[in-house]
Amino acid sequence: MATITPTRMVLNQMKGRLKTAVRGHKLLKDKRDELMRQFMEVVQENKRLRYKVEDGLSEAFAAQAVASAVMSPDMLEQALVYSKQRIELDVKYKNVMSVNVPQYSFTTNEEEGANIHPYSFAQTSGELDDAMTALQDVFSDMLELAQIEKTMQLLAQEIEKTRRRVNALEYVMIPELQGNIKYISMKLEENENSTKVRLMKVKEMVLEDAHHYKEKAAANG
Amino acid sequence: MYKIAVIGGRDTIMCFKALGLDVFAADKPEEAKKILREITGAENSYAIIYISENLAVGLKKEIEKYKDSPMPAIILIPGREGSLGIGKEALQSAVERAVGIDIL
Repeated sequence: MATITPTRMVLNQMKGRLKTAVRGHKLLKDKRDELMRQFMEVVQENKRLRYKVEDGLSEAFAAQAVASAVMSPDMLEQALVYSKQRIELDVKYKNVMSVNVPQYSFTTNEEEGANIHPYSFAQTSGELDDAMTALQDVFSDMLELAQIEKTMQLLAQEIEKTRRRVNALEYVMIPELQGNIKYISMKLEENENSTKVRLMKVKEMVLEDAHHYKEKAAANG
Repeated sequence: MYKIAVIGGRDTIMCFKALGLDVFAADKPEEAKKILREITGAENSYAIIYISENLAVGLKKEIEKYKDSPMPAIILIPGREGSLGIGKEALQSAVERAVGIDIL
């Protein structure tokens, strides 16, 4: 506070900054509210998907456990490891309130003989087929979960940042600017008053010099 | 084109291999840490990395690091032992971070 010079120019500068700060505060607050609304939607969706994925996966694992009980471990590994199928992921970004959130879409390459059952049916049990089918079913949910969870994290980060900015403006910047403006305008008023008083005093002295009121008053009295 | 990685116990990842994902076997968190560092390194072509929950327990710090970057997304999945609830914890911590308190 002590470092600011109480001049009209600085006052104008401060007023301009206050106006910008108030406007920025309003905009950021709106942004925060909208982000929050979207975030809550994403959170609900994430919750739903997580339950779905966890249930689906435990189902798939259970089926796999049955399969591994029926088949020998070596056979099981042999059956699964030589998979020809490849999944490739395409990532696009969507802009949600200036946050770039990923959008995943996957493609499976359709090579000859590539499917989710990469083994010959002769040497494997039917339980393994069930496990693979269950896993494939849950996979698209897993992908969606990845997308929504990342979105959630990125939104959370952005909300945190925006919230801090809003608070910094609301509780630090704006009060400080208002205080400075008040200080300067009071100081200016004070200067004005003292100038006025000085002028009045000078005028009195000048008039006294010209007309000698006091002497005349003494003579008449 | 990006790829998807799965890090987990040998039994957990076997099926994912057949599905066509890149799998990395790890039995201990230290191994998983090493793998994670490797696959998130220079080429950076993994957009999603699934890690089984029992490994993720010891990897919290590493996973935290990737939270703010748009890529890769590190997602916890339950291992064969069933859900440990850590994946849901991530949800809670995100809410806490955004709102300031846990409102769920």
